[in-house]
Amino acid sequence: MKTFRIIGRNIRDAFKGVFRNFSLSLASISCITITLIVVAVSIILSYNVDNFTKLVEKDVTIVAFLDNELKDEQIDEIKDKISLINNVEKYEFESKNDITQDMMDSSEVFESIMKNWSEEENPIQNTFQVKVKDIEHIDSVAKEIKQIDGITLVKYGEGMVEQLVSVFDIVHKICIVSVVALILVTAFLISNTIKITIASRQREIGIMRLIGASNLNIRIPFIIEGLLLGALGSIIPIIATIYGYSTLYSNFNGQLFSPFIKLIPPTPFIYTTSLILLGIGIIVGMFGSWRAVRKHLKI
Amino acid sequence: MELIRLVNVKKTYKTGVTAIQGLNLSINKGEFVFIIGSTGCGKSTLIKMLYREEKPTAGQIIVGGIDVGKLRNGKVYKIRRKIGVVFQDYKLLPKSTVYENVAFALEIFGIPKDEIHAKVIKVLELVGLKHKIKSYPAQLSGGEQQRVAIARAIVNGPKLLICDEPTGNLDPKTSMEIMTVLEEINKLGTTIIMVTHSIDIVKEMNKRVIVLDSGRVLKDYEKGTYR
Repeated sequence: MKTFRIIGRNIRDAFKGVFRNFSLSLASISCITITLIVVAVSIILSYNVDNFTKLVEKDVTIVAFLDNELKDEQIDEIKDKISLINNVEKYEFESKNDITQDMMDSSEVFESIMKNWSEEENPIQNTFQVKVKDIEHIDSVAKEIKQIDGITLVKYGEGMVEQLVSVFDIVHKICIVSVVALILVTAFLISNTIKITIASRQREIGIMRLIGASNLNIRIPFIIEGLLLGALGSIIPIIATIYGYSTLYSNFNGQLFSPFIKLIPPTPFIYTTSLILLGIGIIVGMFGSWRAVRKHLKI
Repeated sequence: MELIRLVNVKKTYKTGVTAIQGLNLSINKGEFVFIIGSTGCGKSTLIKMLYREEKPTAGQIIVGGIDVGKLRNGKVYKIRRKIGVVFQDYKLLPKSTVYENVAFALEIFGIPKDEIHAKVIKVLELVGLKHKIKSYPAQLSGGEQQRVAIARAIVNGPKLLICDEPTGNLDPKTSMEIMTVLEEINKLGTTIIMVTHSIDIVKEMNKRVIVLDSGRVLKDYEKGTYR
């Protein structure tokens, strides 16, 4: 009961603190708001880039063309060799007949041309479709496959894929670094703003110490105040995230420039992002307060 | 019964100034003691050490069984809860009412509201300010503000009330009113140590008087012997 009363009083004091020193509180809140908006953009960008990378990874396939003279046992040998290569996730054999049939099925023009081909005339080759685990090292997998006897050609959209993936990777890393840097900078900014608030309440702290308030008694209302500032500061970024991203998603029909680059669907993505923003706001606010009030306590 | 005991207490500030040297003192429960002396004699340092605003450089200070000198900064609140302190400048919260100022000292300990109300009204009655509970410090006279400060200092029921020149800013008539309040409190069993410059008050009250000089006890007059 006693603890509840103390907590209740602390919460009431924290609210009072926010409103009594409203201009300073507003400074802290704006500071958190601006940072969290940038953090939100970074999070959305980062997750989407991550998503693009995964989609690319899923789609990219190495196609290894086999010499048509090979016998079944030799094909099996190649299959075994491919299976032994590191970083190979899965592989599938597609015979020239299957491919021919697929092509004929897909278009009447193809069918009209291809149906008259004899076995010798058919230029289509047997292939292995290989998927890799780590797209960044697709190049070395392709090279290894190429060295296997009986493989005449290896294709996977070289150059373009690596470039795309490395660009995504850089964007992803920049996002993470900027989010961390922003959070740190804000924590110190808030700490300084709250320091000014606290300096103007030195008298109050002095009296509290004098009448026997423990350091925890003194510190908790300020930390709750920081929590409150953080929560208030995250309101606008959360609204901006929810409405902004949903609008963006529907305006672009869920894809960026090409169907290849799909955006993450808004639900539940925007809600998880909002929770992350609220969490960051609260933690940054509390940390800022804790750091600011520490200076005023002799511990 | 002994409440305060100082043994060979010495205090040298970082600046090199020695405020207290080799002080021995014993104060019993329920006593009313004046501490007087010229400016710089160590009065303020002495009482600051009692409520652990300052630490002694050497020697031992025992207040209510607690070795005050050995208290770590984080544990200072333990002694503060047993001591009420009143200052010359009152140290009230300007944005809080009389009631809130006094209740503040109870609220931080999580005491129930109705209990706080009863206690606050009781002490405000004792200092004669029950009719001003809704006033703000700025609306009160100096004497009234000091009475609020006294009410706040005693609302927790401390064993010891330390007064650092509580009448320093007040006229003689108001000062005597404050002294009457303090005497009331003392009669209820609270030990009072008061630092003052006012010889008139000391003579009028007829209590034990300790005269300090250069950080030492120059004279210790028993109750009723200071003239």
